[in-house]
Amino acid sequence: MIEHSTRRRFLAAGASAAAAFSLPRGPALGQTAPRVIVIGGGFAGATAARALKKADPRIAVTLVEANRTFTACPFSNLVLGGLRSLDQQQFGYEGVARDGIEIAFTAATQVEPQSRKVSFATGSALGYERLVIAPGIDIDWNGLPGYSQAAAQKMPHAWKAGEQTLLLRRQLEAMEDGGVVVMSAPANPFRCPPGPYERASLIANYLKTSKPRSKLILLDAKDAFSKQRLFQNAWKELYPDHLEWVALSNGGKVTSVDPAEMTLTTDFAKHKATVANVIPPQRAAHIARLAGVADNTGWCPIDPVTFESKLVPNVHVLGDAIIAGGMPKSAFAANAQAKVCATAIAKLLAGEPPSDPKLINTCYSIVAPNYGFTVAGVYVPVNGVLTDVQGAGGVSPLEAPRSVRAQEALFAEGWFNTITGEIFG
Amino acid sequence: MGALRLCLSILALTAATETASALSPEPPPGASSCSGCHAAKRVDTAVPPLAGRQAADIIAQMQAFKSGQKPATVMDRIAKGFTDPEIQAIAEWYARQK
Repeated sequence: MIEHSTRRRFLAAGASAAAAFSLPRGPALGQTAPRVIVIGGGFAGATAARALKKADPRIAVTLVEANRTFTACPFSNLVLGGLRSLDQQQFGYEGVARDGIEIAFTAATQVEPQSRKVSFATGSALGYERLVIAPGIDIDWNGLPGYSQAAAQKMPHAWKAGEQTLLLRRQLEAMEDGGVVVMSAPANPFRCPPGPYERASLIANYLKTSKPRSKLILLDAKDAFSKQRLFQNAWKELYPDHLEWVALSNGGKVTSVDPAEMTLTTDFAKHKATVANVIPPQRAAHIARLAGVADNTGWCPIDPVTFESKLVPNVHVLGDAIIAGGMPKSAFAANAQAKVCATAIAKLLAGEPPSDPKLINTCYSIVAPNYGFTVAGVYVPVNGVLTDVQGAGGVSPLEAPRSVRAQEALFAEGWFNTITGEIFG
Repeated sequence: MGALRLCLSILALTAATETASALSPEPPPGASSCSGCHAAKRVDTAVPPLAGRQAADIIAQMQAFKSGQKPATVMDRIAKGFTDPEIQAIAEWYARQK
């Protein structure tokens, strides 16, 4: 693979003397090419793999991913709302492989930072110079009494897109008109901060148009949430009879669930659900904890210049699993972090100091067809923490004509096509 | 003789440059985030591409977003996070991309 891309590189450079001179001089050539292993083929990991290869084609990049098909979470709320099909969310790794990246379709089972080695479910192992872990989240099965993997078959979380998304969609479709959908949103931090509110909106849209005697109740463990005023204004305008949000201070925090009874219990009441969507507490996925890069919060502290773990040297962590200061756990952020991290790793491997980065996040939320809005931010490392650049970022204007909301909904679709095109195309 | 020495020194210089640039040119701070929305390849989106555009054009647009002179959905909020030299560096970098 390396030999092949080196030759291509050589040919691309033409027969110039410069290219001939440079070939034996590169730090990685003449020796073994440095290997970077990337665990996790989602928005962060697949971006990192391709960006590493782009930053320095001599790096041998191995992407470790258990699934041959990636199912994207952004826009999966549209699937729940009946506005999109799940296959529009799914991508293969052919484009990644075309870049000369070796893909191991298996699970990483062990990381040994001392000997710089990753073991796989297949029984084999591979050494690395640098390791990137982009593991995503795990549901914290101990985080909510009554909730378990078995319970998730009756009360889906649908917080990892795929089978869970389809299960919840089927339940919504099967529900009689007049049913009650009860959702629960967790305390911070969790994957996709505006996600529960977008989901509530799009399910309410489905109820309003297809099952108008039904209603959604969103029980929240928080009093404040991302793009709150924008969501609440939209709910008042679009779903006054179909969506009720119960804040923490109004008794919204779910303390236990009972899948047999289909109830969600708060300190104040027991809510009986026809369809229940429990978005439970989360943490960095298992492999992050195995590798020792997660701290006692369950999430992973990182250096914001290189995204190297603050706990384990030569291991970089990306995406929803990390403690990213002001940056939210979003697909856009994961992609932006991965590109910065890849550049930094290429420089570190070449013996050069990494540069201070600047990163952007943009998150779109859709509350109805042709109705979208955003939150954006620009971030720099300040005292070791990714920090919002003052005066930049923020949410869409609270007062705006529907044409602006329609334009943002259109740009949201463009964003999805662009980012998945960059990563998987 | 002089010509040969010049030729050799050019070769040496080029070789040194090539060695230093074994890495692909590094995008300036902020630039790599842009491709999350501004596609480098052909995809279905209403967002215009940046690669290959005139640097002066990108700078003018960014300044207009930053000042609020040009109506925007999200770019006004993003442009405000960048200094003039940063905008210039990003614009020049994208102008060099194909």
